[in-house]
Amino acid sequence: MDGLKRGSAAIVGVAESDLGEVADGMSVIDLMAQGAKRALDDCSLSLKDVDGLFSATTQSRLSVLTLAEYLGVNPSFLGSTIVGGSSFEYHVAHAMGAIGLGLCNVAVIAYGSTQRSVGRKQASVREVNPYETPFKPFLPASAYALAASRHIHEFGTTREQLAAVAVAAREWALLNPAAWEKKPLTIEGVLSSRMVSYPFTVRDCCLVTDGGGAIVVTSAERAKSLKKAPAYVLGCGQSVTHASISSMPDLTVTGALTAGKAAYAMAKLGPADINAVELYDAFTINTILFLEDLGFCKKGEGGAFVSGGRIGPNGSLAVNTNGGGLSYCHPGMYGLFLLIEAVRQLRGECGARQVKNCEVALAHGNGGVFSSQATVILGTQTTL
Amino acid sequence: MPSNQDAPLKTYLDHLARGELAYQFSPEAGRAVFYPRMLCPFTGSDPLEWRISKGLGTVYATTVVHPIEGMPFNVALIDCDEGFRLMSRVEEIAPEQVRIGQRVRFRVHQPDGEEPPQPVFVPVEGRDGRA
Repeated sequence: MDGLKRGSAAIVGVAESDLGEVADGMSVIDLMAQGAKRALDDCSLSLKDVDGLFSATTQSRLSVLTLAEYLGVNPSFLGSTIVGGSSFEYHVAHAMGAIGLGLCNVAVIAYGSTQRSVGRKQASVREVNPYETPFKPFLPASAYALAASRHIHEFGTTREQLAAVAVAAREWALLNPAAWEKKPLTIEGVLSSRMVSYPFTVRDCCLVTDGGGAIVVTSAERAKSLKKAPAYVLGCGQSVTHASISSMPDLTVTGALTAGKAAYAMAKLGPADINAVELYDAFTINTILFLEDLGFCKKGEGGAFVSGGRIGPNGSLAVNTNGGGLSYCHPGMYGLFLLIEAVRQLRGECGARQVKNCEVALAHGNGGVFSSQATVILGTQTTL
Repeated sequence: MPSNQDAPLKTYLDHLARGELAYQFSPEAGRAVFYPRMLCPFTGSDPLEWRISKGLGTVYATTVVHPIEGMPFNVALIDCDEGFRLMSRVEEIAPEQVRIGQRVRFRVHQPDGEEPPQPVFVPVEGRDGRA
């Protein structure tokens, strides 16, 4: 089995759709289409070039079919893997595989959500789990809160350290004109906000916004002739450890450990090589666990690692440079935005929040309740 | 024609209705399986044996849910002594007093109306109550 070939495909176009609170009546397919058009414009390709189509959303049962119809395309390769917020990191690996096999050459990966407009319950109907639902966990927050309780118990992590993640995200968001949050946030401000599921206040939890977007993936060969510098896919890795939180083997170790190892091995790189780290921060504990499991610090030391502004704009490691799901946008399945930001950092398009000399960026997606983990490592031409 | 098997959930709830916390045991894996299912997730083998828990366990993780309306309540993951984990809550103490490592004992909660019985836990008093 050969597996995916390092650098054989690249992300060449990226775009957000409208974000935040979209116009009345806008559908998730409208947002996907808007994102697709913008992402294709971003790389000077058009719909007639598209022969691979991927999508995921909680608001359309057969979204990729509806999207193909809407766009008027008949792609030779379709993908609708839906494993929560990390779906799009899976899509990148699947698109890369399909491109490598010659099943398609230009793949669009699209996402849309109107969860803020229609309400979270409407946008993402929860399945009844007879072994969990009777206890009324406030999902997904309570699942992540249970993991946080374990981290606090085992490693002495504090609520202030969790809050430091939210503060750093906010500092980055203030440098991002597209971010939902516009006001500064302090540790005290996080701690004194409304409690949701202990130890999380509402400021430890991701935003509830509308939004969507798309990215365009093509072969390294095709990428060379396009408008902007390609972001080559250097490494991919995935891991599924469970679906519901009561089946997570160890609440302090996520599948990011396995996914990250696979991605690093394929990329022939390690954590020290990463310039920009984009982690799925649905809750503040996520950033801490992923920094540990992806090797940026030792297990148990994540709380100390994120403190003192270390992952903020003036810190030593650039983490969640767009402001993250905590302060930039979170339409429910945030993974696509990790990839968009990673590509923009590699291109040097990020203005006030630009990471200097950014050659390698890591996007780590999370789906379910720490259930599906997927890492994508991207690099510039010089990293090939 | 062979008769269809009972749903694992039905067997589990039938036990609960009798005041028993049932779990499955995989002879091939030599370990407990929970939630109940058709085959062992460690070995792929079937069938699984049904066993009755002694009902003693330890709080593995805990949170307090603060609903926008209504009183805060506990949600916990409990590690039962037989080697399986389940979601539940600890009753009889304030939700924020539930501690990881706390020893707890199973009892059945029967909700009003049509809802099936639920396995909940209360703190163990005395010698077995050590953390």
